[in-house]
Amino acid sequence: MLRFLGQRLLLMIPTVVVPLVLVFLLLRLAPGDPAAQILGDQATPEQVATLRAEMGLDLPLPVQFVLWTKNVVTLKLGTSFFFKQPVVDLLPQYALVTLQTALAALFLAVALGSLLGVIAAINRDTIIDRGLVGIAVLGISLPEFWLALLLIFLFAVTLKWFPVSGYIPPTDGLLASAATIALPALALGIRQSALITRMMRSSMLDVLGEPYIVTARAQGLPEAVVIGRYAVRTAAIPVVTVAGLSASYLLSGAVSIELIFSLPGLGKLLIDAVARRDYPVVEGAVLLIALTLAALNLVIDIIYALLDPRVRLG
Amino acid sequence: MIAGPPILEVQNLSVALPISGRMVPVVTDLSLSIAPGEAVALVGESGCGKSMTARAIIGLPPPGAAVSGSIRLDGRELTTLAPRERRRVGGRGIGFIFQEPMTSLHPTLSIGQQMTDSLRYNLGLSARAARDRARELLARVGLPKERDLLNAYVHELSGGMRQRVMIAIAVSCDPKLIIADEPTTALDVTIQAQVLDLLIAMRAESGLAMLYISHDLEVVAEFCDRAIVMYAGDQMEAGTPVACLKTPHHPYTRGLVDAIPHAGETRARLSPIPGQVPALGFWPGGCRFQPRCPRQDQRCATRPDLAGVAHAEVRCWHPLVGDAS
Repeated sequence: MLRFLGQRLLLMIPTVVVPLVLVFLLLRLAPGDPAAQILGDQATPEQVATLRAEMGLDLPLPVQFVLWTKNVVTLKLGTSFFFKQPVVDLLPQYALVTLQTALAALFLAVALGSLLGVIAAINRDTIIDRGLVGIAVLGISLPEFWLALLLIFLFAVTLKWFPVSGYIPPTDGLLASAATIALPALALGIRQSALITRMMRSSMLDVLGEPYIVTARAQGLPEAVVIGRYAVRTAAIPVVTVAGLSASYLLSGAVSIELIFSLPGLGKLLIDAVARRDYPVVEGAVLLIALTLAALNLVIDIIYALLDPRVRLG
Repeated sequence: MIAGPPILEVQNLSVALPISGRMVPVVTDLSLSIAPGEAVALVGESGCGKSMTARAIIGLPPPGAAVSGSIRLDGRELTTLAPRERRRVGGRGIGFIFQEPMTSLHPTLSIGQQMTDSLRYNLGLSARAARDRARELLARVGLPKERDLLNAYVHELSGGMRQRVMIAIAVSCDPKLIIADEPTTALDVTIQAQVLDLLIAMRAESGLAMLYISHDLEVVAEFCDRAIVMYAGDQMEAGTPVACLKTPHHPYTRGLVDAIPHAGETRARLSPIPGQVPALGFWPGGCRFQPRCPRQDQRCATRPDLAGVAHAEVRCWHPLVGDAS
């Protein structure tokens, strides 16, 4: 187990370093100058040059790379050009929003998706199964932004159950905070739960044809136990893969949804920072996302080992 | 030597499966009965319907199957039971041993979890009592006590150990009848003998009735009281397995016996039955064996009834009698 963890931690290094280097290079290769952006149209070339020097952007690229590497390794991510705040202080508030939304959406996706998938599978080829599969296909086909607008129209504008947009942090009241992320989580979770429904259904159909299910039934075990304990246990293994993909999508910040609901999450921060050529923020956000995804993969491998004793860690 | 009303009585059992849109018969009009303590063998080639018969008896035929006829366990009609009641016959009424223990045991539940589930649901034992009982059962089927097998998983056991676990599960709730569906086919020859010895010993110990499904008439002759030979879903001959081997009356049984290789034999080739088993859905009318039978004539176009020949029951118009063999 320790050896496995050590190996995985080593493997995380390239997973995190490669995107970071790419982002560093892409930002500096792309057109647009942060200094000119900050000073605006009225600035003289001299003013821009002074600011560039202050920001260290006039240094040769290799020197910038060395300085930047030092910053990353020491986790001093620099100061945002735009917010004038250390990136290290800035990121957590935005990450919290994304984390809250992602976890809510993921919970919805896994719980609803697994349940509907199991129901569809045990009612195979009946009207229930066909109906659920139809709904799942619809759920996968609906673009999230459009679903989000529909949800706003129904639950926020017409029924007035939830706010239309905006965000309240949990420190200002848990319920109020939950209400602000309810619709975004729903918009994100419905699509992911449709994906999981389909995966769970086909996985369950495979498992229900397995001889060990016949054995369990032949032992006189009630059908609820056969399904809930014997079938779902193995059917859940491939579903974990899909749920992992969902989680990595959700945790990297779903930009369109954060924009529609004006949620100050990682995705929105990243898009804005790219537009503002706010290099330290872009780099910091990418580092955080890369670290999260690498950690997520590790978590999924551990879940695999817990679900399936045939998987050996190491 | 065997008396009392039968434990299992199957009458006119027919099973049909949906194959590409139409119902194809896989078992036709099969009747058998098993007295308490008796071991009856169902013998035949792959695809002759013997496993399907077992699945129908336990009430777990493949999805979409049509089952008709009467199945009585200890005098109780099973075919008319509500699904929930029918399910409860498994475990306490009938223990089932499957052919392939690797795939028939759950891959991600420990042996202990699989064993205790059935003990707890069928016998109402507490978790602790079920675990104690499971440990006893494992010892009873000859598994080493030193290894804590309750916490082991199927993939950690050898083939023989897996089948022993399977047997322990099948007998765990003291069923009246054991159905063993080719329990040794998936095992190495030496392990086959061990598992067979275990089954024979368990039967002697507890007087269990058994329906033993096999393709091997010689194995069956070692311990079964009666053998029913099936071909293409139909019963061809029934009698003591030794009689079936020594003096087969049905031309099909005769063909089977002649095809058995014997050690030390000098003939260069085995004598197979000419032709092939017809595919499902293409079984001939009348006697099922007629197209491959050396004795067939016009009469064979109608299905013969089971008739007593010597000490056996044979479904044949032209049974081999005495000197013919």
